[in-house]
Amino acid sequence: MKKLSTLLAATAIVTLMAGSAWSKTLVYCSEASPEGFDPGLYTGGQTFDASSRTVYNRLVEFKHGSTELEPGLAESYEVSADGTEYTFKLRPGVKFQTTEFFTPTRELNADDVIFSFERQYKADNPWNKYVAGASWEYFSGMGFPDLIESITKVDDLTVKFKLKRAEAPFLANLGMDFASILSKEYADKLAADGKMELMNQQPLGTGPFTFVAYQTDAAIRYKANPDYWAGKEKIDDLVFAITTDAAIRAQKLKAGECHIMPYPNAADVAELKKDENLTVLEQEGLNVAYLAYNTLVPPFDKVEVRKALNMAVNKQAIVDAVFQGAAKVAKNPIPPTMWSYNDAIEDDKYDPEAAKKMLEEAGVKDLKMKIWAMPVARPYMLNARRAAELMQADLAAIGVTVEIVSYEWAEYLKLSSAKDRDGAAILGWTGDNGDPDNFLDTLLGCDAVGGNNRAQWCNKEFDDLMTKAKATSDVAERTKYYEEAQVIFKREAPWNTLDHSLVFVPLSKKVSGFVMDPLGIHRFNGVDIAE
Amino acid sequence: MLRFIFGRLAVLIPTFIGVSIIAFSFIRLLPGDPVMLMSGERVMSPERHAQLMADLGLDRPIYIQYFDYLLDLLQGDFGSSIVTKRAVLTDFLQLFPATIELSLCAIVLAVCLGVPAGVLAAVKRGTWLDQTLMGTALVGYSMPIFWWGLLLVIFFSGYLGWTPVSGRISLMYFFPQVTGFMLIDSLISGQAGAFKSAVTYLILPTIVLATIPLAVIARQTRSAMLEVLGEDYVRTARSKGLSPFRVIGIHALRNALIPVVTTIGLQVGVLLAGAILTETIFSWPGIGKWMVDSVFKRDYQVVQGGLMLIAAVIMVVNLIVDVLYGFINPRIRH
Repeated sequence: MKKLSTLLAATAIVTLMAGSAWSKTLVYCSEASPEGFDPGLYTGGQTFDASSRTVYNRLVEFKHGSTELEPGLAESYEVSADGTEYTFKLRPGVKFQTTEFFTPTRELNADDVIFSFERQYKADNPWNKYVAGASWEYFSGMGFPDLIESITKVDDLTVKFKLKRAEAPFLANLGMDFASILSKEYADKLAADGKMELMNQQPLGTGPFTFVAYQTDAAIRYKANPDYWAGKEKIDDLVFAITTDAAIRAQKLKAGECHIMPYPNAADVAELKKDENLTVLEQEGLNVAYLAYNTLVPPFDKVEVRKALNMAVNKQAIVDAVFQGAAKVAKNPIPPTMWSYNDAIEDDKYDPEAAKKMLEEAGVKDLKMKIWAMPVARPYMLNARRAAELMQADLAAIGVTVEIVSYEWAEYLKLSSAKDRDGAAILGWTGDNGDPDNFLDTLLGCDAVGGNNRAQWCNKEFDDLMTKAKATSDVAERTKYYEEAQVIFKREAPWNTLDHSLVFVPLSKKVSGFVMDPLGIHRFNGVDIAE
Repeated sequence: MLRFIFGRLAVLIPTFIGVSIIAFSFIRLLPGDPVMLMSGERVMSPERHAQLMADLGLDRPIYIQYFDYLLDLLQGDFGSSIVTKRAVLTDFLQLFPATIELSLCAIVLAVCLGVPAGVLAAVKRGTWLDQTLMGTALVGYSMPIFWWGLLLVIFFSGYLGWTPVSGRISLMYFFPQVTGFMLIDSLISGQAGAFKSAVTYLILPTIVLATIPLAVIARQTRSAMLEVLGEDYVRTARSKGLSPFRVIGIHALRNALIPVVTTIGLQVGVLLAGAILTETIFSWPGIGKWMVDSVFKRDYQVVQGGLMLIAAVIMVVNLIVDVLYGFINPRIRH
């Protein structure tokens, strides 16, 4: 019976698809299979592209191609004077998608918002553990369980979030994927049918595209949502063709088997740029790679030593060798695309002679140190081993002997955050929400020592600025604090900031309206394709 | 014959338990745990780490975890993926037909080309034909699959445009998965052009996956044939005036096939190993890619469940090969 109903549903879908006769179909060669379709459960970008950015919306949204916020499902919001209460007015008349598996009977209301958040932190909520091992990683990672005091319904279209303390990045966090708004009505139906796990397999939201089907590890199909509150999309169908190998993605794009691909191999970019049927978009990624000294362990506890080591490393040579130019040397701990980036700061100049002298003046002779090289390629650092080897050679020139060490990735992540770690570790970060706090406080705040703060650096002056910046939602004031914090960072040099990598998106010239996103999101609303 | 089959089946039980121990322990020997990898660069507090490990049942003594796992296995429960939260068996059953389809096509191609090539090389021993065939087989055997696959894609799909780059069928076609075998499903879908599309998508991955088994089978057939061709009964057959086709095709080849069938049976393991790379190159949604991804994510349940299921398949195939032996050579039954 179950097979028969599946067959009938599939036949209906086929009939629907036949009706659209493959018209205006955009094919996106995605880089990996989605882990699931409930964005609250996961952290992978491929999962967000396939769920939260296609099927769902949030109360506030990041503007296309920017880290600025704009109204989403909330038309407007008000913040209380003390910064602890956020009241959102929901957009009226927003319909949930009608699909083969569910037909909604009501529009979006406050219950949906409350359900979407409460399931992520209230242990007694039946949806908190609706799949085995549900961990709500981003919700916890952004500190929401300790931040939210309550979420209440003021009326059908008004929701109030009460926070335990003022937290300016809260609003940007609500634009993140884990804060997607789900349908409570759909959830109730699944719970009543005893099929809660389908929430993670058959998503249903208010977003621009309606989920049609997922063929495991092969393709995901969507249709434009005809009832989308911002208007129906120009394309009729959207298909994610899952293609994990970057070289094969490039071949598929060139052969016209897909229209857009993410993450090309750095070595393929030049070739793709030469193709007259393709355009290669590029943008600085919202990321940074760094070498974090352990400032708790001598001689790295001395600013002069850290400065001297920074001056001895030719960062441009690392960028050239590791990225073949597809990156920029970093001088600040936040990327240049982020608001409050302090461009007035001057980087430590590459000067081996001065570095050698400074090291001698600091009383350090025959220094032997370890450089930790990550065993995996990440967007911000494609080959940490190669980067470490170049640093090893540079530091040898000023009399410093470097031993390169590496561990299996999970071990590396664990051991590199230990307070007694020996030497300096290469690592990096990709921004979650475009807020400077997500880099500066997360990676360099005193609370993060022994955790994300791999330099184990705790500077009261810097930390006070972080606290002040969190307490106000005035962007101009926050900018001032963050700019000042970057000056302190440069002066104290807990890291050698290495690079901000460039991100490329090659696409067919038939595609219009695709905008690169600094957050690394791939969105298809507003995209059109020439027939 | 039945006694022979039961004897072979009895050997499977300790083998299966052995495999379950290996499958269970190997992934746990790797440093790092799934919870740590889940959080990535973002460091998790020790309390939260412990909580999540407990939620996944990974905080219990390892032998208890193993016995629980074994108990679940006996009830047919292979667990759920730590990452996707989907049942391992469901994913396996959905993905396995893709691997079987590709592997079957590859082994058929390898046998159809490898056996005649081996026979020809043996019959024409020492000639340029023998050297060319065996030289080609050596090259095929030595070729790294990922490089060979990419080369074929760039040449046939990119440069000549003859074959599609990757996938199982053109995205134009969309129909319910009934058997999981694209060739069959596309036929019964009734959509015009679907079967042809499925065939074109199979060509390159089949060639890539068949390359190594083809080389092995060709070399094995040649050496087995050379041995048999020197036997007295072959000389007798020749002296009786039988046609070369009957001597080689019936008398010699049938006896030479015993080690060749063994080799073909052993190639099942090689095919599954080769499928890992082939599936990754051609975005072929099979179990090879699924397993590799799971190892990287320390998805214990998928790795151990997948290994058990793959081992079970290989054991069954080997059993069939053993039984086939019995038919080809009745002396083996005793």
